[in-house]
Amino acid sequence: MTVDISQQIAGLDALELSNRERRGLAARIWSRTWPMVSAILMVLVIWELVVLSGWRPEYVFPGPITVLGDLGNRLGNPEFYAAVAVTMRRAITGFAVAVLVGLVVGAAVSRVRPLRAAFGSLITGLQTMPSIAWFPLAILLFKLSESAILFVVVLGAAPSIANGLIAGVDYTPPILLRAGHILGLRRLALYRHVILPASLPSFLSGLKQGWAFAWRSLMAGELLVIIANQTSIGEQLDNARELSDAPGLLATMIVILVIGIVVDMCFGAADNALRRRWGLDQRVG
Amino acid sequence: MTAPVQELRSSRADGREPAVRLDAVSKVYGRELLALDRVTLSVDRGEFVCLLGASGCGKSTLLNLVAGLDRPTAGEIDTRGGRIAMMFQEPALFPWLTVSANIELALRVTSSAKSTTKKERRERAAELLDIVHLAGFGAKRPHELSGGMRQRVALARALAQDADVLLMDEPFGALDAMTRDLLHDELERIWRERELSVLFVTHNVREAVRLGDRVVLLSSRPGTVIEDFPITLPRPRRTDSGDVAELASTITGRLREEVLRHAKPAQQSAGTGIEK
Repeated sequence: MTVDISQQIAGLDALELSNRERRGLAARIWSRTWPMVSAILMVLVIWELVVLSGWRPEYVFPGPITVLGDLGNRLGNPEFYAAVAVTMRRAITGFAVAVLVGLVVGAAVSRVRPLRAAFGSLITGLQTMPSIAWFPLAILLFKLSESAILFVVVLGAAPSIANGLIAGVDYTPPILLRAGHILGLRRLALYRHVILPASLPSFLSGLKQGWAFAWRSLMAGELLVIIANQTSIGEQLDNARELSDAPGLLATMIVILVIGIVVDMCFGAADNALRRRWGLDQRVG
Repeated sequence: MTAPVQELRSSRADGREPAVRLDAVSKVYGRELLALDRVTLSVDRGEFVCLLGASGCGKSTLLNLVAGLDRPTAGEIDTRGGRIAMMFQEPALFPWLTVSANIELALRVTSSAKSTTKKERRERAAELLDIVHLAGFGAKRPHELSGGMRQRVALARALAQDADVLLMDEPFGALDAMTRDLLHDELERIWRERELSVLFVTHNVREAVRLGDRVVLLSSRPGTVIEDFPITLPRPRRTDSGDVAELASTITGRLREEVLRHAKPAQQSAGTGIEK
């Protein structure tokens, strides 16, 4: 009798299990790359056409071939890597501090009701504030120093990160809270085992948005706050403009764009991995 | 309304001690909405009680009160300090944990005083998965399993709490009939082996008759106990057997009366216990 039941159950289970298989790595990479590659090609073609149309003289607005050549030269130049290193160090430091601040503020505001009432909308307000508007104050407070840049980067990114965490805590499914309560999880334990993990997807998208704000603020900062004898991507961009080095200017812009995209893709990959683990990626069909 | 219930309770005095006892429990939501009205009910140790009622009878409210997820407005609930586990209509598994880790978390919280090692918990989780016929699925994520399998993981998690009382809130409501039949057999076996006291909420009359030692009928708006049917059919019962069907149709008839009462004009409201 029991053997019969267990066999029946095993049979039903086997029928119901989805036999979804993931495609091979090469196929997945290809399916993601080809639209991107064709988009880039399209942009390059349009760019070249604009240049050929003679809208602006070539020494002001050079074509893609000149610019990519200049970019190639830069990639062989150690000074370029020094500039990228300085910028990335600032980006990582600023972002790390912003994550720390965002976590602390987000955790406090989501947990303590009076704090929520007091600061909830202020945080959202800060998020909409253009970070460049902070620079005059930052320069006043920190002079033309790296601290001024980091100050603005943190202020730009932290509200998004805090908001991501707050939203995640708010939208923890009530059924999971009840399940945790039934298991005997209370207060901090409930926070640790249920609320925090449940808010991870929202927190991750907060991080992603925070990074976008941090990167924008950093570029604005590096253009406005130029520190003597210290190269950086922003400084190189400003330099290129002063020297009317149009190919150099555009090449630097491409570098900024590519770094932004690459980091964003890292966040996207983390988000996808999370969704797959949680089973949130099951699309229809 | 309470008098016949009192009679029923005393009539089955058989010397067993109750695992859960509700004494004139009422629950009011907001200012007006009376969800439960002086419900008196007990579940003996090792007894399987099914709570049956149409919608709006406060079945889930009652379970939440017993589980301590909510507080009664009036009356007393005595669970004798016993440990309480609960299953919901949804599995409510944590999607960020594997199947095994979900159960290990329950073991960890429950056994904090005994301080088990991670290895012991893993082995215990594997045993529990074996009990619900899911051996070898420990490393899967909940979303990789079917609805019936997830509900069995939820059952294993509830068992991991080593509870004396198991509350079940329409746990098989979302499953297909065949899976549900199998899970009835499973639940019955586990209930017997572990001598659990079960309070099982359902709106499916046959399911209630199939599983319960007693079927307690609740009225709707507000919820009160209107009838308490002892089910003496020999176990194991089958949902599609004649005896079950016959008893189910008697109970359905009583339930229908109760539903019809609500279709009548408003002068009936004096009898429903709503105090204005």
